Amino acid sequence: MTTISPPLRFHPLRDSATMLRRNLKRMLRYPSMTVMLVGMPVVFLLLFVYVLGGTLGAGLGGGRSAYANYVAPAIILMTVTAVVQGTAISVAMDMTEGVIARFRTMHIARVSVLTGHVVGSVIQALFSLTIVIGVALLVGFRPTAGVLAWLATAGFLVLVTFALVWLSVALGQVSKTVETASNLPMPLILLPFLGSGFVPTDSMPTALRWFAEYQPFTPIIETIRALLMSHPLGNHAWLALTWCAAITLTGYLWSKHLFNRESH
Amino acid sequence: MHAISVTGLRKSFGDHVVLDGLDLSVHSGTVFALLGANGAGKTTTVKILSTLLSADAGDARVAGHDLAREPDAVRAAIGVTGQFSAVDTLLTGEENLLLMADLNHLGRGARRARVAQLLDQFDLVDAAKKPAMSYSGGMRRRLDLAMTLVGSPRVIFLDEPTTGLDPRSRRTMWQIIRDLVAGGVTIFLTTQYLEEADELADRIAVLDGGKLVAEGTAAELKRRIPGGHVRLRFADQHGLDTAMSVLGQASRDNDALALRVPSDGSLRALKALIDQLDHRSIQVDELSVHTPDLDDVFLALTDQKVTR
Repeated sequence: MTTISPPLRFHPLRDSATMLRRNLKRMLRYPSMTVMLVGMPVVFLLLFVYVLGGTLGAGLGGGRSAYANYVAPAIILMTVTAVVQGTAISVAMDMTEGVIARFRTMHIARVSVLTGHVVGSVIQALFSLTIVIGVALLVGFRPTAGVLAWLATAGFLVLVTFALVWLSVALGQVSKTVETASNLPMPLILLPFLGSGFVPTDSMPTALRWFAEYQPFTPIIETIRALLMSHPLGNHAWLALTWCAAITLTGYLWSKHLFNRESH
Repeated sequence: MHAISVTGLRKSFGDHVVLDGLDLSVHSGTVFALLGANGAGKTTTVKILSTLLSADAGDARVAGHDLAREPDAVRAAIGVTGQFSAVDTLLTGEENLLLMADLNHLGRGARRARVAQLLDQFDLVDAAKKPAMSYSGGMRRRLDLAMTLVGSPRVIFLDEPTTGLDPRSRRTMWQIIRDLVAGGVTIFLTTQYLEEADELADRIAVLDGGKLVAEGTAAELKRRIPGGHVRLRFADQHGLDTAMSVLGQASRDNDALALRVPSDGSLRALKALIDQLDHRSIQVDELSVHTPDLDDVFLALTDQKVTR
């Protein structure tokens, strides 16, 4: 039997929009996740400004308010890493549900299952960032950026989120359980500490300083800091953008490979 | 015309051979039941035929398309309802169906109409706005099947569609399946319930050790094994004794005043039996014909392997 049928068409944009709506609905139905993702950086912000800020600020040659300005960019990045940790968890939860097997047997653009998660997480990150930056302003963060620099920061943060989310979608798929998925992105949470996020790298022992200066989060944090506090960008911006491009590409290819592999 | 045809299908996971040269074909518009114990390879077969797994060897065509070369064309023609419900538990029943309508690219007006019709058909109108997480097993399974139908598939795979359902939900599901077939779709059903295969399937295949050990209609399968008999119950001991002397090769049950006479259950054999009893004016209280049921068939066919 041979069926003459019209050529099969794929609709990746339309399917991705459908999957995005699905993911946004799931976030709304499971708000405790979003609350946890926003809560963590807020708690860190308050801890670092009010508990440690006086002493750390003195070390920087200022006080608590100087430290609020220093630490805010790291907390902003931490907001992004918290969101992508959530992405890994929700991707892993998704993979354990039968509905993903259903999607695989349907004639849809397969990548839309993943892009739905990615775009949903970017939107979630923008929401979280708005709240966290709002709280930072309330506790003494005083950025000097103008409108253009704020727009540049927003655009840059979207790129960073996009990169880390693709990596996280892969981590979520590689995890066999939801617990693993919440643990695997832990290095992303820790990396800002092992960089210039909380204290300047030149205060660290040599080996650690070497690592801190060359790991991707340092140029990312320095770029946010430069944009918001009107410091010179130096070569931080292009280093950060190169890292983002590399992480996006790796995460995307890895995710796609994982999604297309067979499970039994 | 075949909706599904499979030749020499093989699949192993490591050293474990699951399918060892499977051949089968399913006519369009019929129900084909694949019967087997747990672990016989039923789910693997469904996964391969629904493009979730690739076979190690063999050819398969589904809905007129080669499984290996045109998986997307196959996906466009099939619907799958698996053993574990494939619904999004955080979404409501209606949202789940709308999601399927969007992924099937139904138009703005058509999607609402289709979803409303399916909610009604599957008795989910009252639960439409509730999250699927709150559904009972039977409701989830109905939603699951409704989601499969949104895209009007021509071939539907049902992997153990009633496993874990209560008897009432099971009957509801059977009726839904019969209605689907009446509408012209082809159904490939796997089950471990022989009664279910007997109720629904046009043809039944028994899967054992990665191969089909028997295939045919329920009646054909039952005829393949001995065990058919006629049971006669008498009013008194005298009737029993007389009948025993007339019929010879029967086994008697004195307590129940009953005789068990081997018979293939055909009309001619019955008529001959009744004539013999009539001739001697033996009073029979009750006559019942017992054909072997599929349980007998299944045990006989799959036991061979154990005794071999």
